[in-house]
Amino acid sequence: MMKLSPQLIAWFFILFAVASEVWPDTHPPRTAFVGPKRLLLRFFEWFGEIGYFCVQMVKGAVTPPYEVKELLRQMDQIGAKSLPLVALAGAAIGVVLSLHTRDSLIRFGAKSLLPAVIILSIVKESGPIITALVVSGRVAAGIGAELGSMKVTEQIDAIEASAVNPYKFLVATRVIACMLMLPLLTVVADLCGIMTGWIANALAEPMPFKLFLNYGLAQAGFDDLLPSTFKTVVFGFIIGLVGCCQGMRAKGGTAGVGRASTSAVMLASLFVILADVVLVRLVVTFFPE
Amino acid sequence: MTMENTNNNPAIRLRGLTKSFGEQKVLDRIDLEVARGETMTVLGRSGTGKSVMLKLIIGLQKADGGEIEVNGEEITSLTLVDLNRVRKTVGFLFQGAALYDSLNVEENVAFPLRRHAKMDDAERHTRVRELLSRVGMEEAARKMPSDISGGMKKRVGLARALALDPEILLLDEPTAGLDPITAGEINELIRELQKERQVSSVVVTHDMRSLQTVADRVAMLNKGNIVIEGTLEDLKQSNDPFVSKFMHESGEVS
Repeated sequence: MMKLSPQLIAWFFILFAVASEVWPDTHPPRTAFVGPKRLLLRFFEWFGEIGYFCVQMVKGAVTPPYEVKELLRQMDQIGAKSLPLVALAGAAIGVVLSLHTRDSLIRFGAKSLLPAVIILSIVKESGPIITALVVSGRVAAGIGAELGSMKVTEQIDAIEASAVNPYKFLVATRVIACMLMLPLLTVVADLCGIMTGWIANALAEPMPFKLFLNYGLAQAGFDDLLPSTFKTVVFGFIIGLVGCCQGMRAKGGTAGVGRASTSAVMLASLFVILADVVLVRLVVTFFPE
Repeated sequence: MTMENTNNNPAIRLRGLTKSFGEQKVLDRIDLEVARGETMTVLGRSGTGKSVMLKLIIGLQKADGGEIEVNGEEITSLTLVDLNRVRKTVGFLFQGAALYDSLNVEENVAFPLRRHAKMDDAERHTRVRELLSRVGMEEAARKMPSDISGGMKKRVGLARALALDPEILLLDEPTAGLDPITAGEINELIRELQKERQVSSVVVTHDMRSLQTVADRVAMLNKGNIVIEGTLEDLKQSNDPFVSKFMHESGEVS
């Protein structure tokens, strides 16, 4: 039963990630070393906190009045402003994939499969995960630092003092914006990747784009696109939630803000990869080939 | 709470208020009452829990024990919705002003109005201008908080605290770091508000000039306890070693 399954590995990674996150929380250098008992305690504390955080956020998100204006601002901030970076990352992946797979496929005499391989691997995995990781880096760090500095300069207290729920105004808007924007960004990354994949391929062996697409789409359909694009909603949720949570946990002045933003990126990227392991499994189960 | 009721009640009543951070007991069974229209000044050395006391009064932190009544309502057991209703009647000026970095001066002051006051854009704009001119900041309306000085931030923070016409003002060092002229103006403003609109306030300060202008009564905190409560004269006459040392060092008693 307890074989080395992907889930078990994933749990191990979660343990490791959170442990290494809560470790620096103990304010070095006075207590740089934490005993295993304390570490375990902090570990559960962290999960408890993110659980509580999640509940507060959902409560804030569903009760009117809705913060539409702030949501739109965040969608611009998180989505539109990430566009160039995501497009570039997608484009780079397209080129790399094309260069790599071309050699391998020629070796196996399956050169005609190249368009399908590029399109499928970008749409199914590379596009979503690269988008999520790039956004983790940009957005989780940004949210962590922003909310962190708001926390240490009492701005979050000021929001509460104005009788506004910060979970609703700051957290829910950011998390929802992440969830809405990630699939869209993924589609952009996919398109850019496919375009540059074609260009890289066409440079080696001229082929019209239309033909490239026809070859590729003969093997790939909406069934490949939809589940793997919509799974990025979960990635968006993770990025927004972890970024906000780490930011609002910040304490200890500017150093605390630095720690918050670093740990936000680290945890967001790790949890995105781990969630991917689980989600790919689910996609394979519910949308069999 | 109905109006008849509130008139008899003190604006703020603390009973046995206790708060600790870890091992350190910051407030130890504090009893304090602020009558309606009264300005209570809280003195004490840095780190004696003065700011914590203000935050407890609007439920930004949770008390470990004791009761907090604001406008006759016990707030420690309120739900968030009810707590927010009470918070709308209280204006809070933070020590560092705590202006929202992403909003400009005008939007900062408009923030509580936008959320809680039923007014259209034009009305709100007029109200914001009025508040800003009251604290002498109408020139800087379009500036970002990062582009104005600490004293200006304090003034904008005060304008924001006044936005919803609060019945109670909690001011955390309103004049610290201000030049004497601006500090004097802020003190006058607090005084005026108290006279015109019967605003009750709790002012945490180290500034003796401020105290002389605004305070009806003074409470002095030391080691988590209120060592003395009374008028400024009472403090000057006190034989308590801590109080007389404090007054002596601040130049009030020679």
